[in-house]
Amino acid sequence: MLILECPYCGVKAEESELHAGGEAHLKRFGPGSSDAEFHDYLFMRKNPRGVHFERWRHINGCGKWFHAARCTTTLEVFGTYSAQTLEPPQAIRDAVSAKRPGWSWRDLK
Amino acid sequence: MKRYSVFAVAREALRYHSGWERAWRSPTAKRHYDVIIVGAGGHGLATAYYLGKNYGITNVAVIEKGWLGGGNTGRNTTIIRSNYLQDPSAAIYEKARGLYENLSQDLNFNVMFSPRGVLMLAQTQHEIRGYQRTAHANALQGVKTEFVSPQRVKEIVPIINLDGPRYPVLGALWQARGGTARHDAVAWGYARACSDMGMDIIQQCEVTGVRVEGGRVAGVDTSKGPIDCDKLGMLVAGNASVLSEMAGFRLPMESVALQALVSEPIKPCMDVVVMANTVHGYMSQSDKGEMVIGGGTDGFNNYTQRGSFHHIEETVRALIETFPMVSRLKMLRQWGGIVDVTGDRSPIISKTPVGNVFVNCGWGTGGFKSIPGSGWGMAELMATGHSSLTEAFTIDRFKEGQFIDESVAAGVAH
Repeated sequence: MLILECPYCGVKAEESELHAGGEAHLKRFGPGSSDAEFHDYLFMRKNPRGVHFERWRHINGCGKWFHAARCTTTLEVFGTYSAQTLEPPQAIRDAVSAKRPGWSWRDLK
Repeated sequence: MKRYSVFAVAREALRYHSGWERAWRSPTAKRHYDVIIVGAGGHGLATAYYLGKNYGITNVAVIEKGWLGGGNTGRNTTIIRSNYLQDPSAAIYEKARGLYENLSQDLNFNVMFSPRGVLMLAQTQHEIRGYQRTAHANALQGVKTEFVSPQRVKEIVPIINLDGPRYPVLGALWQARGGTARHDAVAWGYARACSDMGMDIIQQCEVTGVRVEGGRVAGVDTSKGPIDCDKLGMLVAGNASVLSEMAGFRLPMESVALQALVSEPIKPCMDVVVMANTVHGYMSQSDKGEMVIGGGTDGFNNYTQRGSFHHIEETVRALIETFPMVSRLKMLRQWGGIVDVTGDRSPIISKTPVGNVFVNCGWGTGGFKSIPGSGWGMAELMATGHSSLTEAFTIDRFKEGQFIDESVAAGVAH
């Protein structure tokens, strides 16, 4: 069972209390972008076998969106962090590096 | 290959069954093949089979990371139906259903196709309108379905409870020639027929890289060494993203877990397949007597072939209202598979940005029922470069906005 700690209310929430929101840190493309950029923004999602960064919502709790770093092959959780950031904070990246040396995700290392 | 027949059974009965041969060979890989198929599941083996049968291409290797039919082919709930709303979907699923009808004779392997009928319950006003629309669309597509009344539902499924407090049964979409088949046997039958045509099925051979030279595929690197090929077909379901990145392109899909479970065996009580899509549960009874139950996918990316327990709880809870007798059943076992889901919940059967690389993935939760049709179309695409059965399922449809939107249009659980 997947358990994520909500970084806002501090509750260790079990999966049925949460709602998965897909890939995190998407860069928006809209009017003025190229067709290829808009296509990728709409449809192309990172689908890694390993380290993944995701959006989650504490839907049956405080209701807030947050981010989680997770492994898709072991369901191990590296940490959760605030949604008010454009990329994972250094502490989360260090936590991932400690357990998965050499990981990469998009252009992050 | 020695054919299976009643005479073979009689002959072997008289000599202590000492004469049965292995159903397929396990050769070591050659250095070069005309076509390499990655993934020895139903879709991969069916593609190889129709490449040989319809186009005479038999210098083919089917490479499998694990064991033959050990992925989603051996993990699904074996439902076969073709009552889809959109024309391209109905065409390929109906092609598959039609091929299933004679597949046992075609392969000389009993796939136990049982056209027992598939009933999709309408439990809201919205679903009534949706399924009536599907029934009309199916009439135009030449797929035989009908919308039936609650009384007819009760005749077909006596164990059903029509007036549940939350979701009464208001009617149903009935496809009398839908049904089930033995999923393992489909993979085994295709494997045996492929092996008989001289194709090599190489198990426990993981692809570690795809070699591309001058924009075209040159071969693959595997855990058993490099193998060259002229054409490459990728039919690896949940792992399609990983394999496509090896070849240098991306796919618009995500991999999530889908679960199923079976109960203890009980006496025959339901001789059709029933799907309840509003509450998201579906059920049939296997030949062994187990109730085979499936539900919805998990919500997050996952490669573990394990699902979340609360999804099973929700599925069974939903079915208890419609089938009160389920509440007394013990569940025997539960398992999960990794399904590849695209934005419009329809598959991708397409050429790719890399020359002579073809991809067939994104079947999501509807892969088993489509195996023969998918293999038929994929073989035509790989052999001739074009297939009318698969042309709508190209990768480019997302860029062009030409979705085959089964998730929104039909509101069905696949």
